[in-house]
Amino acid sequence: MSVNDLFKQELKVVNLGLKSFYSDLKSQGVATVQVNWKPKAGGKKNMLNLLSKINKVKQS
Amino acid sequence: MTIHTSIKKNAYYDSVTLMLLSRQLQELAGVEDVLVGMGTELNLDLARDLGLATGEFDTLTPNDLFIAAKIDEAQISMKAVEDAFNEYLNKSAESDSDEDYQPPSLSSAIQALPGANMVLVSVPGQYAAAEVEDALDAGLHVMLFSDNVPVEDELRLKQKAVEKGLLMMGPDCGTAIINGVPLCFANAVRRGKIGVVGASGTGTQEVTVQIHKLGEGLSQVIGTGGRDLKAQIGGLMMIQGFESLIADPETELIVLISKPPDPSVAEKIYQIAKSSPKPVVIDFIGGDRAAIEAAGAIPCISLEDAAQKAVKVLRGQEYEDFTGFSLPEEQIEQIVEKEAAKLKDDQTELRALFTGGTLADEAMKLLGDHYDIYSNIPLSPEMAIENLPEGRGHICLDLGEDEFTRGRPHPMIDPQTRTEFFESHVDEKTAVILVDVVLGFGSYKDPAGAVADSVREIRQRLSNQDRDVVVIASVCGTELDRQDLNKSITTLEAAGIIVLPSNAQAVRLTDKVMQRIKKGAGDVR
Repeated sequence: MSVNDLFKQELKVVNLGLKSFYSDLKSQGVATVQVNWKPKAGGKKNMLNLLSKINKVKQS
Repeated sequence: MTIHTSIKKNAYYDSVTLMLLSRQLQELAGVEDVLVGMGTELNLDLARDLGLATGEFDTLTPNDLFIAAKIDEAQISMKAVEDAFNEYLNKSAESDSDEDYQPPSLSSAIQALPGANMVLVSVPGQYAAAEVEDALDAGLHVMLFSDNVPVEDELRLKQKAVEKGLLMMGPDCGTAIINGVPLCFANAVRRGKIGVVGASGTGTQEVTVQIHKLGEGLSQVIGTGGRDLKAQIGGLMMIQGFESLIADPETELIVLISKPPDPSVAEKIYQIAKSSPKPVVIDFIGGDRAAIEAAGAIPCISLEDAAQKAVKVLRGQEYEDFTGFSLPEEQIEQIVEKEAAKLKDDQTELRALFTGGTLADEAMKLLGDHYDIYSNIPLSPEMAIENLPEGRGHICLDLGEDEFTRGRPHPMIDPQTRTEFFESHVDEKTAVILVDVVLGFGSYKDPAGAVADSVREIRQRLSNQDRDVVVIASVCGTELDRQDLNKSITTLEAAGIIVLPSNAQAVRLTDKVMQRIKKGAGDVR
């Protein structure tokens, strides 16, 4: 969807991170979902690198 | 005093929530120092620097929450600190949304929200790029609020976004208004015909607020992140935004805001401006006026001037540089005389304490060559704050910079940092205190009240020496913001603060008062 197509649509927001941004959107009646985000693989760097490699193989 | 650590395994909370909780726990009697955070390297280093680390830190992962506290056990137990933490957490924004379904990943969230078209990312910087990549791959537009994202990732992600015709606003993008919806730190402004692309967060907020105050409105406000117009990124998102606004039938005039871009990037922008069928107003704060004019665009001398020119051109009115005040000059002179008369001969120094970086930058540029101003974002390297001679001289600080926000929220979210600078940086030599008060979504619930409290305390302290101080403010906000512009002005004025309708005017009044006292307080009758 191009930027100009976005301008014609109702904004629907997925929020990853600070919950106050989600609360602000919700209070305005904006369609929004808060992701229960936490670092993948426990945030461990070597595991993240491994995951990233697996994803790249999957994509190719 | 003893140091204790409490750990909650696999309990993730966002950084702002935890920093605000740290501050609340710090207020408890018997707590000398406390840090609450996730077990990231950054937070663990900070705890070690603060002398709060214990052996248990070795077992922490970024998914583990820790409370590290130095306490006087005669006054408070660690159990009581933990209980207070749980109580505050339940009252915080964190709990607001607990009743809502929260999908565990971006892909499940996209399924849970059919037609999702924007992803707002504010997770810690080292994890942000992977999430943005997934969002772009799913064909969604992105606003990336997180900072500490490597420039190589920014370039790769923006190239992907442009290839797919998507927005990738950021990293470190603080403000945007898409289809009338304010995102992150944005003000409540009416919709209208003026489109904005901005690389400077509070600069963009100030322009949108001024456009609203002048009676016009905004079609779209697109943020780019501060690095977008550097050579490495090549202005990818400003160009994408600019071209989208040219193609947008709701937008009749376009405003571009940035610090001076890399010349190669500026040239690309000028080429698009030359062929734009819509008028283009450019504030490259302190940028090349002749080059902007040569591109057929309209140059500006301040953020307020950009808003004024945009509104006048939209209405088909004549325009010129706005260098004055909204109040009649005579009234301004009366204010200058009255305020300068409050000061003793040896009160000569400026203390400009900003929460908005672009507003601080604009202040220094408008004050120009009149003064040697030391800053953490200096206009030239020799004016770095470290070079301040024996603590004496004019100071202008951007309190939102990294050195002031380590382990604590940005001063627009939590006024504590500025409150402390009022205490530490204002003294008997201070003549003028200049501040910004930024309202809107994301900002503290009552920033004007916090400034007013600080000013009352300062005045109380100075009155012991039979002294006073001049305090000048501008409020970046509208009557539609939840903090309410008019209520904020009333709060500030009740504390004897002179409130001007824009940052540029507040700076100009500061200049006039400073010039007046330079002539010698003895002249004042």
